[in-house]
Amino acid sequence: MIHFVLLISRQGKVRLTKWYSPYSQKERTKVIRELSGLILTRGPKLCNFVEWRGLRVVYKRYASLYFCMCIDEDDNELEILEIIHHYVEVLDRYFGSVCELDLIYNFHKAYFILDELLIAGELQEPSKRTVTRLVAAQDSLVETAKEQTSSITNIIAQAAK
Amino acid sequence: MSSSSVVSLIKVKQNPKRKKNTKNALPSPIQNFPRKFHLFYQSPTLKNLPNAKFHQITLNNQTPKSLSLHKSQMSGPSLMDSLFQRTLEDLIKGLRQQLIGEQAFISKALEEIRKEIKSTDLSTKSTALLKLCYLSNLHFHDMSFAAFHALEVLSSPRFSHKKIAYHAISLSFHDSTPVLLLITNHLRKDLTSTNEFEVSLSLQCLSRIANVDLARDLTPEVFTLLSSNKLYVRKRAVAVVLRVFEKYPDSVRVCFKRLVENLENYDPQILSAVVGVFSELACKDPRSYLPLAPEFYKILVDSKSNWISIKVLKIFAKLAPLEPRLANRVVEPICDLMRKTGAKSLLFECVRTVVTSFSEYESAVRLAVEKIREFLVDEDPNLKYLGLHALSIVASKHLWVVSENKEVLIKSLSDPDPNIKIESLRLVMAMVSEHNVAEISKVLVNYALKSDPLFCNEILGSILSTCSRNVYEIIVDFDWYVSLLGEMSRIPHCQMGEEIENQFIDIGLRVKDVRPELVRVARDLLIDPALLGNSFLHRVLSAAAWVSGEYVEFSRNPLEFMEALLQPRTSLLPPSIMAIYIQSAFKVLVFCLHTCFVRGGSTAGVSASASYESFDDLSVENGADSTVAHGQTCTSAPITNESIVNLLKLVELALSPLLGSHDVEVQERARNLLGFVDLIKLEALNSSGQEENDSERKGVEATKIIRLVHDAFSKELGPVSLTAQGKVPVPDGLTLNENLGDLETICGDIELPSSNTFSFGYPSEEKDVSSFSNLQIKEDSGQLNESTSLLAEHRKRHGLYYLPSGKSEVISNDYPPANDPALQGDNNDNASDLVKLTAESLVPKRKPNHSKPRPVVVKLDEVDEKPVAVKQLESRDDSLSGAVRDILFGSEDILPTSSRSNLPNSNRKGKKKQHMITQVESKENVVDDGNSSSRRRKDHSHGKERRHRKKNAEERNETDRKEKESSSNHPRRHKSRQRAEEPLKVPPQTSVIPDFLL
Repeated sequence: MIHFVLLISRQGKVRLTKWYSPYSQKERTKVIRELSGLILTRGPKLCNFVEWRGLRVVYKRYASLYFCMCIDEDDNELEILEIIHHYVEVLDRYFGSVCELDLIYNFHKAYFILDELLIAGELQEPSKRTVTRLVAAQDSLVETAKEQTSSITNIIAQAAK
Repeated sequence: MSSSSVVSLIKVKQNPKRKKNTKNALPSPIQNFPRKFHLFYQSPTLKNLPNAKFHQITLNNQTPKSLSLHKSQMSGPSLMDSLFQRTLEDLIKGLRQQLIGEQAFISKALEEIRKEIKSTDLSTKSTALLKLCYLSNLHFHDMSFAAFHALEVLSSPRFSHKKIAYHAISLSFHDSTPVLLLITNHLRKDLTSTNEFEVSLSLQCLSRIANVDLARDLTPEVFTLLSSNKLYVRKRAVAVVLRVFEKYPDSVRVCFKRLVENLENYDPQILSAVVGVFSELACKDPRSYLPLAPEFYKILVDSKSNWISIKVLKIFAKLAPLEPRLANRVVEPICDLMRKTGAKSLLFECVRTVVTSFSEYESAVRLAVEKIREFLVDEDPNLKYLGLHALSIVASKHLWVVSENKEVLIKSLSDPDPNIKIESLRLVMAMVSEHNVAEISKVLVNYALKSDPLFCNEILGSILSTCSRNVYEIIVDFDWYVSLLGEMSRIPHCQMGEEIENQFIDIGLRVKDVRPELVRVARDLLIDPALLGNSFLHRVLSAAAWVSGEYVEFSRNPLEFMEALLQPRTSLLPPSIMAIYIQSAFKVLVFCLHTCFVRGGSTAGVSASASYESFDDLSVENGADSTVAHGQTCTSAPITNESIVNLLKLVELALSPLLGSHDVEVQERARNLLGFVDLIKLEALNSSGQEENDSERKGVEATKIIRLVHDAFSKELGPVSLTAQGKVPVPDGLTLNENLGDLETICGDIELPSSNTFSFGYPSEEKDVSSFSNLQIKEDSGQLNESTSLLAEHRKRHGLYYLPSGKSEVISNDYPPANDPALQGDNNDNASDLVKLTAESLVPKRKPNHSKPRPVVVKLDEVDEKPVAVKQLESRDDSLSGAVRDILFGSEDILPTSSRSNLPNSNRKGKKKQHMITQVESKENVVDDGNSSSRRRKDHSHGKERRHRKKNAEERNETDRKEKESSSNHPRRHKSRQRAEEPLKVPPQTSVIPDFLL
């Protein structure tokens, strides 16, 4: 299973963390410090796997962001790489050529998408289209509710009270 | 647009009544949307900095009504809070543009959040919570104070609030969160909600925060969801069920059957989730899931999705070793998959499955190895790394695979990727055997010279640990190994000084034959003044110094040693090593004097030494080898009186500054040595310049002293078993203090010795004892003789605590330990032990091409035996697997009746088990109690029933069939299996693995 997902920028700024195994706040900070030291120092064109505390961290760099997932020793590393890529593609679809700023300002969105993709540390939805559809469906629920409340008649009605 | 939204915002905040109205008007919670959120998403034009917002609001408030509203609300702090609340985006922007420093900004923001989160307005609260999540998540600020507020937000009917609340909860809650108890009802409500997204949110949350209570209380809801007709919900429920099982194993009794039913679902998403759960479960306790093998097999053969195949392969990797028949069946489809698939991830999983669990299937392994080779030569570093990784798995069982790929391995030692380098280093070390150790070490040392410091030490460390494994098991030519150690310590980046030091001393103690070479290597190290500057080498040098002192009799030119040990650059050494240097110099000096005066004197016919000569002869008989070598070395380095005089001068010159050393150890040793030199100078040097007669008298005095000191030094140190002390019986009448608490205060700061297999008793310390006694020798020379004989007595009586090696041979070269007639017999015993030892160690290993036999390596049986790993892979007989077993093994009978009752009752189950088979027919007719079973499930259970009956019929032939199976060849069986691939035709499978369906 996946123990946690981290997004770290090249400067070592954390952009997203998602923990599927219990880690206390202190441990989390430590884990991130250790891993960013381990991963950010690795040059390009090296393999994407790092052994760490008896676990394995699979990372991949997209532009200035490192996507890292920590898995058990006997999990399939290539599969995790595919999951990472999958996630990036979904993000890309959702934001339309995603960039780091999208993730910075919509950090909760990135979480919600990740939640659609993974649950309890397992890949849940292997179809990009479905994920996009599901996220869009939830967004549209939000949209319709908003439209109803913000439509002018509504406002007037509210104001009249 | 933005202004209108702001107006509406004001009103919402001000008018709680109106909010209620909204709620009534829009009953669906999802449709209620927080304005805050809306503002956030929809108004990029609106400047979110507080100033800008304020500006716009004042503009809006030009209408008298809103102005008055505004005024009337000025009094309420909550309005102001919510009005001027920063959104998440404000926070992020502010954080990026802050001028006051990040920490200051964050603590200010936290202060705001603390205030806002107490607001009664849920929108404000949820925004505050979202901001807090952000800070907690990316800046690691504690958000446990908001636990209760998160629960409050959770109770909101609005979907967006819930979403934020769930996010916050799954982020921050843990088992000891006090409000965890309060969440149960919220979760239950949402789990039964009609909105699938709400259900999904609560499932997600449950998977993260579940503890025993939550898992227990919510099991019925999860159970219901397991057969939900919304796929989206069902697959999530399946995934979450794993966590529920972990926390509350009894839930297995409730949910397991439905989980298994989901295995037969045709929807790939559901299947993927179920298989994922089983692969996790099977990791922990594979045996419990053997009965499900037919289902997994079907999935493996039918699956079109790589995700699913990978997971199923993982399951089979765990199951196959437990059941050879299963392995027989599965190995062929896996090979097929390996041949056909284009996906590297699946291919790798196949390879890994084969090499871990099917290593006895030759053809499969060959195919896997072929694929591994493709990986190894691939450009992609990932594949290369994984190839090496797979190879290291194979290595344990099929070493030939590794040697086949030797070239690739050696090449990847210079790969730019450190991970690949380390992995290939491990593999190269796995290849090492006594035949190729020299060759491989040579290659590796060359690599070490070229590579970066980190990897260089990695290489050296692995060479050292591999070679010293099992008391130097693979080393045949110790001369070579010792010189390799010397070579390694000269590598510029070498930081393995401590390990090399230990091995130098260890080998010196254990392997007698290698001592001359050891001394040579030590000399080379000591003589080089450049090495003294490298602090990493100091430990090695201390070992070299110790070796030079201890085994000086093998040296060709002891004077050289003296010069090396006393060279001016030794001032660079730390005091502890300096002390060893001085002590070694002492030993060398004594040896030189002894050779010059006693040996030289004896030929001149000094009567006093004649008696000792006879003992020398005696010892020659015992240890012919070493004495001969000894004699040679001595003759090759003539030590004249003149050189002795120079030597003594040198010692005085070098050591007199050290008398003022601040280090006690150094100072004392220097003083000892100088005192000795003074004594000798007085006695010996005067005599050398005088007349023969004069010298004879005085010379006798000198030689006496020298002989005594030399005698003290020539006691050989041996390795002592760590358990030796335990074997000493406690003498009668010895009362030990029960409570050693006071001892701790005394010894508190003394470091415990490292857990070596040996306690060397720190060479310098033992010497210290003897050198201390030297001072006394002057007064009472007889005491030493007495003590040596006492020692020999002790040795004779407690021989078992001493090493069986014939070390007395070496000792007796110069001076026998005591006039002990029994010593001879003792020696013979030892010798026979040695012969036995030699025979043991040589016979199985000796190869015809070895030019010289492997020298004896002294072993302490009880200690050197590798501590056998007591850790056994106990099957975790915990409650989870126990429950699973109950269900699977005990309840295949129940499966047909699964439609009858879903709620578990172990007692009832127990009863059922006995009668089930006979009652199968009748039970089929039992009407559903309609608990929650669907049409589909009923059909399914009938299917099971049919299969079950069929199998019962087949059971009679089972034994015959099994015999046939074992004799029948593989291809035919595979053909029959291929035909059986249609999902409905299960019998062939069940016949092969009959007991799995029982």
